[in-house]
Amino acid sequence: MKYSYYPGCTLRTKAKDLDDYARASARVLGFELEEVEDWQCCGGVYPLGTDEIATKLSSVRALNAAKEKNQELVTICSACHHVIKRVNDDMKNVEDICTRANNYMELDTPYKGETKVLHYLEVLRDRVGFDELKKKVVNPLKGKKIGAYYGCLLLRPGKLLEFDNPENPKIMEDFIRAIGAEPVIYPYRNECCGGYISLKEKDMAKSMCDKITESAEGFGADMLITACPLCMYNLNKSSAKKIPVYYFTELLAEALGVKEVQAS
Amino acid sequence: MSSNKKKQAELIEEISGVNPLKCMKCGKCSATCPSYNEMDIKPHQFVSYVINEDVESLVNSKSLWKCLSCFACVERCPRDVKPGKLIDAARQMVVRQRNNTYLSPDEIPELLDPELPQQLLVSAFRRYRR
Repeated sequence: MKYSYYPGCTLRTKAKDLDDYARASARVLGFELEEVEDWQCCGGVYPLGTDEIATKLSSVRALNAAKEKNQELVTICSACHHVIKRVNDDMKNVEDICTRANNYMELDTPYKGETKVLHYLEVLRDRVGFDELKKKVVNPLKGKKIGAYYGCLLLRPGKLLEFDNPENPKIMEDFIRAIGAEPVIYPYRNECCGGYISLKEKDMAKSMCDKITESAEGFGADMLITACPLCMYNLNKSSAKKIPVYYFTELLAEALGVKEVQAS
Repeated sequence: MSSNKKKQAELIEEISGVNPLKCMKCGKCSATCPSYNEMDIKPHQFVSYVINEDVESLVNSKSLWKCLSCFACVERCPRDVKPGKLIDAARQMVVRQRNNTYLSPDEIPELLDPELPQQLLVSAFRRYRR
């Protein structure tokens, strides 16, 4: 199975691990991530204004490239997933945005939201299947207690993203079980890490992340996993944090026995 | 002057797509907002400023720069008012004016550290300036 793949700016730079482990794991799981040619940065945050068009075009270009290949479009970074899925929803359901974006694009056939956008975790759940993933695990992470950190952008708004139940998600916990570890449910798993506030107001993000890590530790987590490079950065700045944070793809690669192969 | 105030209120409704009259003042948005303590105008109050055509106070509010776009209020609003969209529209009204931004490229070098992800810079630029 081949998917169009949109890595985004940070997976090409500071979060290269997140990308490398995802690709190595995909090979073992029998699917291929074909990078969209000449993709452009999604902008990191979804432009909420109803009159924002130009800021949505990079997403439309990636979506249309996948459509032309008749492939589903896979993202890994929570922010890319959020932005591209919401722009796709606009192209499908908001006539004004769709028309105006297509006026810019000048495509032979207008893009109207045909592409299906999937987060890598959704590929694991809905295309590979967690039961199948479990069968391919050679190095189960037995005895590890892992807290899933969802943050905001994977889940909300739930009706548009259709990723999981935004108030009581389970996709990452099911993933943790599939790789042989034990999920730890803690109250702050879908609370905000501070996001972009950490650029100018570092203390504010720090205190938010202190609450998250203290909550996870208090419920017995040995480690946290995330899909988002900005969550990772903010959580690592927490002064209260005693447990490590990993990208979910790193633990996936470890469980599938391809972590070392990738590192070499 | 008052027609200008009316226009500003209409503009904010237009950019946000929000109908502030739908709000029933349940306060769920403020209860759920992780930035509540940092805000001078609280999320459940945003609608009143638009209804009272006092957009001036809203665009001068600290709250504009404290909203995290976490979408907690958007997700949990039982009336589909979505105050986060109102505050973003107010922010847009500010940053769309020349030289009226919250983040200047000159500030960046001293805010950087070796781990800082590109995603943080692009997100902040998109929210804080045009």
